[in-house]
Amino acid sequence: MDYTVIIGLEVHVQLLTKTKLYCGCANLFNPDNPNVQTCPVCLGLPGSLPVLNKRAVELAVRTGLALNLDISQYTKWDRKQYYYPDLPKNYQISQYDLPITHDGWLEIEVNADTGERKRVGIIRAHLEEDAGKNMHDERGRGDSQVDLNRAGTPLLEIVSKTDIRSAAEARKYLEELKLLLLYLGVSDCNMQEGSLRCDANVNLHVHTNDGHNIPTPITEIKNVNSFRNVELAITSEVERQFEEYKRTGKKLGDPGATKETRGFNAATGKTFAQRGKEEAHDYRYFPEPDLCPVTFTEEQIQAVRESLIEFPADRRTRMQAAYQISPYDAAVIVDQQTEFADFYETVAKGCGDGKQAANWMTQDVLREMNDRKLTIGTFPIRPEVLCAILKKINQGDITIKAGRDVFMALLEDASMGTDVIIDPERVDRIIAEKGLAIVKDTGAIEAAIAAAIAKNEKAVADFKSGKQAAVGKLIGEVMKQCKGADPQTVRTMLLETLAKA
Amino acid sequence: MSITGATTTELLERLERGDLTSVDVTSAYLDVIEKRDGQVKAFLLVDREDALRQAEAVDKKRKSGTAMGALAGVPIAIKDVLCTKGVRTTCASKILENFVPPYDAHVIERLKAADAVLVGKTNMDEFAMGSSTENSAYQVTRNPWDLDRTPGGSSGGSAAAVAAAMSPVSIGTDTGGSIRMPASYCGVVGLKPTYGRVSRYGLVAYGSSLDQVGPFANDVRGAAVVLEAIAGHDPRDSTSLDEPVPSYTESLEQPLRGLSIGIAKEHFVAGLDAEVEKAVRAALDVYRSLGAEIREVTLPHSEYAIAVYYLIAASEASSNLARYDGVHYGHRAEKFNDLIDMYSASRGEGFGAEVKRRIMLGTYALSAGYYDAYYLKALKVRRLIRQDFDKAFADVDVIASPVAPTAAFRIGELVTDPLAMYLSDIYTISANLAGIPGISVPAGMTTNGLPIGLQLLGPTFSEERLLRAARMLEKHTEWHKLRPPV
Repeated sequence: MDYTVIIGLEVHVQLLTKTKLYCGCANLFNPDNPNVQTCPVCLGLPGSLPVLNKRAVELAVRTGLALNLDISQYTKWDRKQYYYPDLPKNYQISQYDLPITHDGWLEIEVNADTGERKRVGIIRAHLEEDAGKNMHDERGRGDSQVDLNRAGTPLLEIVSKTDIRSAAEARKYLEELKLLLLYLGVSDCNMQEGSLRCDANVNLHVHTNDGHNIPTPITEIKNVNSFRNVELAITSEVERQFEEYKRTGKKLGDPGATKETRGFNAATGKTFAQRGKEEAHDYRYFPEPDLCPVTFTEEQIQAVRESLIEFPADRRTRMQAAYQISPYDAAVIVDQQTEFADFYETVAKGCGDGKQAANWMTQDVLREMNDRKLTIGTFPIRPEVLCAILKKINQGDITIKAGRDVFMALLEDASMGTDVIIDPERVDRIIAEKGLAIVKDTGAIEAAIAAAIAKNEKAVADFKSGKQAAVGKLIGEVMKQCKGADPQTVRTMLLETLAKA
Repeated sequence: MSITGATTTELLERLERGDLTSVDVTSAYLDVIEKRDGQVKAFLLVDREDALRQAEAVDKKRKSGTAMGALAGVPIAIKDVLCTKGVRTTCASKILENFVPPYDAHVIERLKAADAVLVGKTNMDEFAMGSSTENSAYQVTRNPWDLDRTPGGSSGGSAAAVAAAMSPVSIGTDTGGSIRMPASYCGVVGLKPTYGRVSRYGLVAYGSSLDQVGPFANDVRGAAVVLEAIAGHDPRDSTSLDEPVPSYTESLEQPLRGLSIGIAKEHFVAGLDAEVEKAVRAALDVYRSLGAEIREVTLPHSEYAIAVYYLIAASEASSNLARYDGVHYGHRAEKFNDLIDMYSASRGEGFGAEVKRRIMLGTYALSAGYYDAYYLKALKVRRLIRQDFDKAFADVDVIASPVAPTAAFRIGELVTDPLAMYLSDIYTISANLAGIPGISVPAGMTTNGLPIGLQLLGPTFSEERLLRAARMLEKHTEWHKLRPPV
């Protein structure tokens, strides 16, 4: 008996607008000062009316285009009705049958070795308002409180098709989606602060030995707080469902086999039933009479399309070809966001060696950024400076090792104070001060060799009598005179001179 | 002439000339309130001191030579469904007994900007649901013409306040006739503007796609002045339309030449009281004598208006009133076991019978499996009703009709028969469904001394035309000058 895993993900993303979806209150994460970002509208006071935030609509369209979704030319808002203390109107202004965007897909890599990719279908992405937050008294005295700072925050709910076939794929989808949203600048996707939240719908299609496909009851795993935990939760849920099926034979649609909501306990690594029985909700959706429907013309959609920047997947492909770098390097660079990738491209173009630039970016720059707790925006060595270092290496003016010394010296300079100007001139100065330049003037080396031979008769005699090691002393002497000289070149020239002598 | 016996036109002139101060006017009206409201019970809240303070401020401003607002120094009563900053706003419901809004409705802001003097909050049917003001949780307002009869509803307090000379003008709201019907019952002018003409921001919602704020006044000019002050675009209400507001007062005295008036045959059928019909026909004769042409039009879907209204208004109400749950503000039950119990106990105690009836009706109509048959069907018929009017207004300038089938009915007469009560709105409700404006203007009296109004309906944004047409009748009749016996 075998099975196929069927997964659909619902992702709620808070949009990076200045103000809330239906009022002018600030859209900021502010859990320490409850109920300060509120007004009659988001408090749901009698007589208040919603006004749609245009920016949120733009961000939804932008995201829709990036997810290959169709933008509805006519979209409207609906009330989703249910009672809960964190929902002050006791209805959520959401979208029901005519979401702002629908029918698209996101491509994810399913096999890192082969680079095999697949498209995960997206049913719809619609705009709605977030609820507030209930805070329950931990001491069990029952005096719960409600913070409405979050109430009315714009959310985009992105609903995938059930195209995801494993926990790893689910994680890939979430990572790729997050990267895309960050690239688009539509959300900060901070899971700890709740700006990205994920629910997973999971069931199995069990292939019986007699050739049937039996679907198991669907469960919805809610409120998992990291992508890793989503992966773990689905993995454990898949096992649980298969065990349950083997034990009970219960299938989707059986009496009593209703959709179940489950939580995930990261400590045990297991999912658990959250409610005994899912109530059959009737949300009594109906068109929001306080908001007008929104229509888009083809020209308006085109304008947003033209304002879009390159998406991560496209950028990886383009960079691999343009700079002759590996898929791995391209992925590492693109995963670091637009600014980092832009930095890389400036360096790669400027120094003419994409591979070299990629090595430096993914190793030296990334390492120092992390160690020094810097972002690419605050990194003191700017692209033109790094470019100057790499050029010197490529032209054979300094060795790679000397390049690293310059790089580190610049970072040390920068950490000393703000008045230090880190520019290409400074690179030259450090090379000169430390004598790191490769001495290409063979005349100078020849002179130094002659001087060394003259001064060290004993060593020359030892060498001639067969003591190969004696040459080391002579090389040392020459190098002392010509700091930037390549030791290998010095060795070769020295041996030639000794042979002639 | 006494201050409180004056028309709004006269009052405005005397204030402007400096014959009267706002303090004179405001005290005179406050005195009538003190004397008469014990019987009429039009007000839920009167703050004498605060009103006089406002009046003093206006007088001071006038003395300083500053340009004055259009309603400078004129007392105005406000239906208790509009939020007033720092002043209790109950919607005549127990559930909002102690609710003090932290903000002013758009209309209130506009009235304050026009230098009006807000004298108090008036009684109404709870959450504007009713046709007699008997559904108030606090008191039953009586018709000043006959204290055993209702002033109509739901804006009964605002209509009665003007009729009893407790305020020259007032503010009501009209979701299915709640301004026009009480205006007719009380013998005053009442106007429901085009949907979107006046901002609903701060108007506590009943039926969001139907609600409109409008004026009552003791003459047509009063209604025009108030409408001019409160109309116009407000970005806080997405359904408020960005259409310029004409100066209704400037054109008011110009009669409409070649006016064509439609009468719908569907309006003159069984159930229409003979005296009401007689008054309407007499008004049409006045118009004819002024050169108007009367033509018959047809509104074939008007018979469905009541059914459509009670599906749409109730559906929206069931959702709009969900917020009164005792969690954040308003009444919360003292005893409850858990969250759900707190909701049901608070709402059970806080809402009256009619409100509960409409919440249940609306909840049912929006439920899975019933939505298409009720709510969606109602939306479709609503469109047909709107098309009826579009077709009719292609032929005529305005449509004249009764406001209600009868003059004011007795208190208690219809409370046990909600359906009969609903039918009292049969002539007014279609205008809300179509979003068009309508005005009720005094047009007669029954033999036993009850006022009868004439309704004029026009296409969207035809308020100027309606006011001028109403003024034509007013100018050539004396009905608006009659005052109820004290």
